[in-house]
Amino acid sequence: MELHGIGASPLRKEDWPLLRGEGTFIADFKRPGMVHALVVRSPFAHARFRHIDGSAALQARGVIDLITAAELPDRGRPIPTRMFKDEAANRFLQKPLADGEVRYSGEPVALLIAESRYLAEDAAELLSIDYEPLEVVLDPDAGTVAGHLVVERGNIEAAFAQADEVIKEEFRIQRHAATPLETRGLVAEFDAGAQTLTVWGAAKIPHVNRRILAQLLGWEESRIRLVELHVGGGFGARGEFYPEDFLIPFGAMRVGRPVAWIEDREESLRAMNHSREQVHRVELALKADGTFLGLKDTFVNNTGAYVRTHGMTVPGLSISMLPGPYAWPAYRGEYHSVLTNKTPCGTYRSPGRFEVNFVRERLIDIAANRLGIDKVEIRRRNFIHEFPHDTGTLFDEHPVVYDSGDYSLLLDKALEAFDYSGLKRWRAQRSPDGFKRGLGIAFFVEKAGPAEREYARVELTDSGDVTVYTGTVSLGQGMETTLAQVCSTHLGLPFERVTVKHGDTAVIPEGMGSFGSRAAMMGGAAVMGAAVKLRRRLLERAAEELEAAPDDLVLTVDGIAVRGAPSRSVPLPSMSVEDRFVCELLGFPYGIHVAAVEVDTGTGAVGVHRYAVAYDIGRAINPVIVRGQIAGGFAQGLGGVLLEEFAFDANGQPLAASFMDYLLPTSEEVPDIDMLITEDAPSPHNPLGVKGAGEGGTAAVGGAIANAVADALGVEVTQLPLSPKRITELASA
Amino acid sequence: MRKIAVQINGRVVEGEVEPRLLLGDFIRDNAGLTGTHFGCEHGVCGACTVQLDGEPVRSCLMFAVQAHGRRIATVEGMAPSATELHPLQQAFHESHALQCGFCTPGILMTMEAFLRAEPDPSPERIRAALAGNLCRCTGYQNIVTGVRLAADRMK
Repeated sequence: MELHGIGASPLRKEDWPLLRGEGTFIADFKRPGMVHALVVRSPFAHARFRHIDGSAALQARGVIDLITAAELPDRGRPIPTRMFKDEAANRFLQKPLADGEVRYSGEPVALLIAESRYLAEDAAELLSIDYEPLEVVLDPDAGTVAGHLVVERGNIEAAFAQADEVIKEEFRIQRHAATPLETRGLVAEFDAGAQTLTVWGAAKIPHVNRRILAQLLGWEESRIRLVELHVGGGFGARGEFYPEDFLIPFGAMRVGRPVAWIEDREESLRAMNHSREQVHRVELALKADGTFLGLKDTFVNNTGAYVRTHGMTVPGLSISMLPGPYAWPAYRGEYHSVLTNKTPCGTYRSPGRFEVNFVRERLIDIAANRLGIDKVEIRRRNFIHEFPHDTGTLFDEHPVVYDSGDYSLLLDKALEAFDYSGLKRWRAQRSPDGFKRGLGIAFFVEKAGPAEREYARVELTDSGDVTVYTGTVSLGQGMETTLAQVCSTHLGLPFERVTVKHGDTAVIPEGMGSFGSRAAMMGGAAVMGAAVKLRRRLLERAAEELEAAPDDLVLTVDGIAVRGAPSRSVPLPSMSVEDRFVCELLGFPYGIHVAAVEVDTGTGAVGVHRYAVAYDIGRAINPVIVRGQIAGGFAQGLGGVLLEEFAFDANGQPLAASFMDYLLPTSEEVPDIDMLITEDAPSPHNPLGVKGAGEGGTAAVGGAIANAVADALGVEVTQLPLSPKRITELASA
Repeated sequence: MRKIAVQINGRVVEGEVEPRLLLGDFIRDNAGLTGTHFGCEHGVCGACTVQLDGEPVRSCLMFAVQAHGRRIATVEGMAPSATELHPLQQAFHESHALQCGFCTPGILMTMEAFLRAEPDPSPERIRAALAGNLCRCTGYQNIVTGVRLAADRMK
């Protein structure tokens, strides 16, 4: 293995400017003559309004424009879904501005543009809007159904008829969200002469959003350029097409000056996609020896006030991934995705899987308790052994066929690496502090990719510098470094000479972006394809000039020479090669989380004594970055299990609209974790064998911690979060 | 409007500002030093941490006028030159202690002051000192490692 090639962990290319305060995040980006926008948001969760009186605001110092639905083309065109489309749900799409009715607290009602953000906030105080509050619906069981799906395979009735035991339970997962530390922001500039728009601050899916913006404006895409700057975390929520992604460019066109909008934290917590809120009613049929016969789940997914760009992605992934790593003779899943007067939803790291891994793994522990079977053994007994394995479910239009795996092998390795028997002994000992000890495990299958195609171009200059252009983007995960490693390995030129460019639609002709753990898999395979082609062309051309076989040539930054005869050489030419990697199939990494906890039944605190994640990701391009993804993903999962909750009062007012109330985990709550990365089951669907590593750290935290807490308290945990209040209630039950 | 003069990273920055202007906005807009980031603007996340006369403060919880005549240090002043990093920055780089890097400047400013006060801290002490800075990407593990590595090298 080369020092900086695939499998090594060179230090990141991204770090230098970020460490020195020289990054360019969107709030750092300025254009000459730039003015500032403020989104005026509804203070009510549900209300009618007839009139927005902006006369006083428009007279206020520094105010340039006030935009309401009346100013928008067609009073605002609905923002389309981009994934998991459901025709029936198109009635519920969000428009850029509310037009006569608001449906959640935080819904955009108007856009104020002023010389500064300070002056825009002053002017917003002067707006008068005649809201008449309407009835608020918050209970998912009472929500309007926006999407409904039933998936059934095997004979579910027969499976339940044969059962020795049926476990029936209701599980609830609370609403929480991605909450990247950098809030959203955009700068848009309209060139009236060329009739073009440039929008800075794109993330995740610049090319997709350019298409949506063009569609909403009725323009050709070629007139719009989206540019990604530094991005302060994404985790699913950042970079989707939101109302502001239309309003800010539209505002820039209206006022004829560059317009900046930087979201503040309070509006971010009310406006950016929420996620996770589901209620599952689930039944597990099994034989007395623990063999699974069937699984039945009916769940409600609370998608909030509108259907946003993700359409049915979260319930769709929940229904397709609930079966997990086990062989089910029969499965029936049914969802209702419903509308309520809360912030609309989208994805959050490991969408749908965090939720269903909690449900399934908790349910299995309840069954094991009921039947008196060991919790590791009941899982092992039901593992899938044959691959590829068709689950019979779909990811959007792609069949969920597990590509490769050896679940028992990973289980064996994990139990040994994490000293599971030692943890069992620790569990059996009394805590000196009087805390209750518990041990929990959860097994899961993740998904990676596809978004079916990805673009790469590799350019070599005659001085030996290499530039990679990729259709994937950076969210902070380290993809510049990993793609440079892939390029360096397959082109055969040094890592240090490779620069990775991304996220500018003027420079990169196409791209599907970075989400769903796809960048390494799809972007990596495309970069590999381009690098391999470029190397072949370089060597073939030099072979002709040097009258030698391509295999006898050595490629370095100084040129191409005949092996053993360095004087017989040609200089490097400038050359550029592009490639597209196309793959309709997904990769399915898999893993295990092990949690050992101590529960203080007095305060309700859950202390994590030890936490470990084993994850088979096919192939790790940069193991240090992979471990960073798992540790960070775990911290987010832990926040979702113990701390984070978007609660609302009976009027639909958010009770967590600041970081005083929406609690992100700090360094004192998140312990160091143990990790085992294995490469036993490479994906057969891409030439690198990678499966994507971004989400497995988050995927099963709910299952593992809830199982450990249930083990500690000797009661069945069925609801997240495990807040101090819930723990003390469970402890006294 | 008030006339103020603040020494930032050794350079005196003057401005005529509204009394309500946040110190962080003065640093970012008047001094043009955008390495100091706003993550919450209500004093919880710590991303906007700078040093006031050597002590970490949140530049979203102070007005620019309060810094008149005082000495401010920001992340841009840490590295000794354009081609070198401060030992703490270097240790963060080597420990993969940052992912998106948005919270990093505030963490560096907090930890630099912490290591001056406590040159040889245990991981537990580092975690306690770090608890006022939120990071959404790393899970903190590598940050603790990076701070400890820097402490070893700065002895």
